[in-house]
Amino acid sequence: MTDAAELERRTAELLAAHPPATTGRLDFLRARFDAGLAWVHFPEGLGGLGAPRSLQPAVDAALAAAGAPDNDPRRIGIGLGMAAPTILQYGTEEQKRRFLKPLWTGEEVWCQLFSEPGAGSDLAALGTRAVREGDSWVVNGQKVWTSSAHLARWAILIARTDPDVPKHRGITYFVCDMTDPGVEVRPLRQITGEAEFNEVFLTDVRIPDTHRLGDVGDGWRVAQTTLNNERVAIGGMRLPREGGMIGKVAKTWRERPDLRTHDLHQRLLTLWVEAEVARLTGERLRQQLVAGQPGFEGAGMKLSFARLNQRISGLEVELLGEEGLLYEDWTMRRPELVDFTGRDAGYRYLRAKGNSIEGGTSEVLLNIVAERVLGLPAEPRTDKDVAWKDLSR
Amino acid sequence: MSAQPDLLYSEEEEALRAAVRDLLADHCDPAGVITRTESGAPHDRQAWKALTDGMGLAGLLVPEELGGQGATHREAAVVLEELGRAVAPVPYLTSAVVATEALLAVAADDLLGELASGRTVGVLAVALNTAPHGAHKAVRLENGVLHGELTGIADAAAADVLLVPADDGGLYAVAADAAAVTPQVSLDLTRPLATVALDGAPGRRLGDAEPAVRRALRAGAGLLASEQLGVADWALTETVRYLKERKQFNRPVGGFQAVKHRLAQLWLDVVGLRAAARNAADALSTGEDTDMAVTVAQACAAPVAVRVAEEALQLHGGIGMTWEHPVHLYLKRAKADSIAYGTAGAHRQALAELAGLQAP
Repeated sequence: MTDAAELERRTAELLAAHPPATTGRLDFLRARFDAGLAWVHFPEGLGGLGAPRSLQPAVDAALAAAGAPDNDPRRIGIGLGMAAPTILQYGTEEQKRRFLKPLWTGEEVWCQLFSEPGAGSDLAALGTRAVREGDSWVVNGQKVWTSSAHLARWAILIARTDPDVPKHRGITYFVCDMTDPGVEVRPLRQITGEAEFNEVFLTDVRIPDTHRLGDVGDGWRVAQTTLNNERVAIGGMRLPREGGMIGKVAKTWRERPDLRTHDLHQRLLTLWVEAEVARLTGERLRQQLVAGQPGFEGAGMKLSFARLNQRISGLEVELLGEEGLLYEDWTMRRPELVDFTGRDAGYRYLRAKGNSIEGGTSEVLLNIVAERVLGLPAEPRTDKDVAWKDLSR
Repeated sequence: MSAQPDLLYSEEEEALRAAVRDLLADHCDPAGVITRTESGAPHDRQAWKALTDGMGLAGLLVPEELGGQGATHREAAVVLEELGRAVAPVPYLTSAVVATEALLAVAADDLLGELASGRTVGVLAVALNTAPHGAHKAVRLENGVLHGELTGIADAAAADVLLVPADDGGLYAVAADAAAVTPQVSLDLTRPLATVALDGAPGRRLGDAEPAVRRALRAGAGLLASEQLGVADWALTETVRYLKERKQFNRPVGGFQAVKHRLAQLWLDVVGLRAAARNAADALSTGEDTDMAVTVAQACAAPVAVRVAEEALQLHGGIGMTWEHPVHLYLKRAKADSIAYGTAGAHRQALAELAGLQAP
């Protein structure tokens, strides 16, 4: 087992062989990957050393302190957080070797082709079809809410390969080449004025069978790996006290005594407490994971943060009074990075509305908590034994 | 802030929890607790003896050289979680935490040893609703003896010694039999209040009252959050259990989505309270960031515990309104706890100072 001392030694070796000051950014990132220091919990040869995940922060900190470049993880979040764990778990050796390195270095950006106009919360009802033709698949359909689609080289895609069986059983998971001529990406403008997401139209897109992840018809199970990682990524950011949305409104409160009222004061303090408790809950969850006692708290983190972000940003608009009536800019843009706590209060208020919808609506997540954590009876399932093609839509 | 607080339970703490839970299962079954509330002897002396004589739990916060266990607030918090889960009518929070902290502040070593054994119950004669920084009454010191009446003193009826703040700024130890202690009909049947009347009672001056009272109330407020966690955890767990069994419309009531979502939301609230309560217990034991941790825990705990207890009653339906079903004990404890050692509002007010979020 690779321990902290061994990682320290390897980090020093990497820095000696590739001094950040004189090494190109990509060269350094590739060397870091080859040294097994990209994600130390991944297997050897795939950017890791099979070490405990908890040892990663020390490596990151040592490299940052030495002035080494990072892989700009926020730009490639979907690849790192969702595609990579899925490829690692279900990919063939060849797929792992082909995809993981440029994914981690950021040379190849990934996006996710899951949601469809007719399949939101009921994702398993998706209708994008993939039909086998010899050694490849021909894909037709429409996907939606795809961030980074216009920047992406690859996509993780789930499509229906068998309409004659119940919905969960006829799905297959693919890696889709976003440069295929049948892929058309159109910006999807949202209530903030900008287009953070895209619609993706797939017309006779050809995917070689070697780009299938997992077995034919087993795509729903493969997708669970992706979705579980998405929820961890959305709800699991480590924050200092007053990190996140509450810090913005607290700052405004301190700088602008003219805006203060007693009513807003009470509501601010209530939300401040809730934000601090949510932060402590997240910290407790991380401590449980490190101690190897995974709790159920993770299931709730996204729910809590969605509700908090919405209420805090709503309070902030109200606090601003006359300025709260204004909006920075409605111009249609396609931002590369999304910061829920960025731009002005009006933007934050509007963007936070998505927090209880994206990555699983709060209603669906409450069902998940009720059923998986509390063990309450599952929702009635009238579609369980019905072939996908016979579902009402 | 330095290191991250330890928000988990250690193996030893879990073992302690299991032992206390076992003991309370034997001594404090719900039917027995309900019967006792109207018995004229609302405190359960047998359970107290088992917790203290048997397990030494009254001395957790007292150093070993003074006859205690030399443990920390983290362990006391685990005990309080279990006492809350059982709404056990024992003077643990009042004697083993609040009075003990006051005695630690004035270094009253002899009394500390007695309280640590559990054979003496001590109670701080400050009204239960007093916040850590709130005003409280003091009795008159005249010609070396004490005069005055104090109200809202929790567990005074079970006390052997009262710790009384007097108007000379001193904290006095007064034997309970030198005072007239009269039970008040209390909302919380399992932590009854009493009035304490002193009419020329002799007292021993232990030291300055102010720092002792502040320290005692802060520890009381911080660890009360763990008791509230226990109350809320019982109410949620029992409601979920019941609603899996209870059938209406040919289905378990717990299968209706309107009910499931409410229970899931309560679970989120309890998860948050657990983090806040562990943070307060850890901060009390390390002395790091303690005022903030206690204030946040108390601003969080009361609304959560009351909400869970109220929802538990509602979701039990008619049976929840009966005297026979224990859920009312938890509602009454949760509601009384929401006032004890300062309301959530009082703690939010303190937070405005601590977090630098000044009022208009």
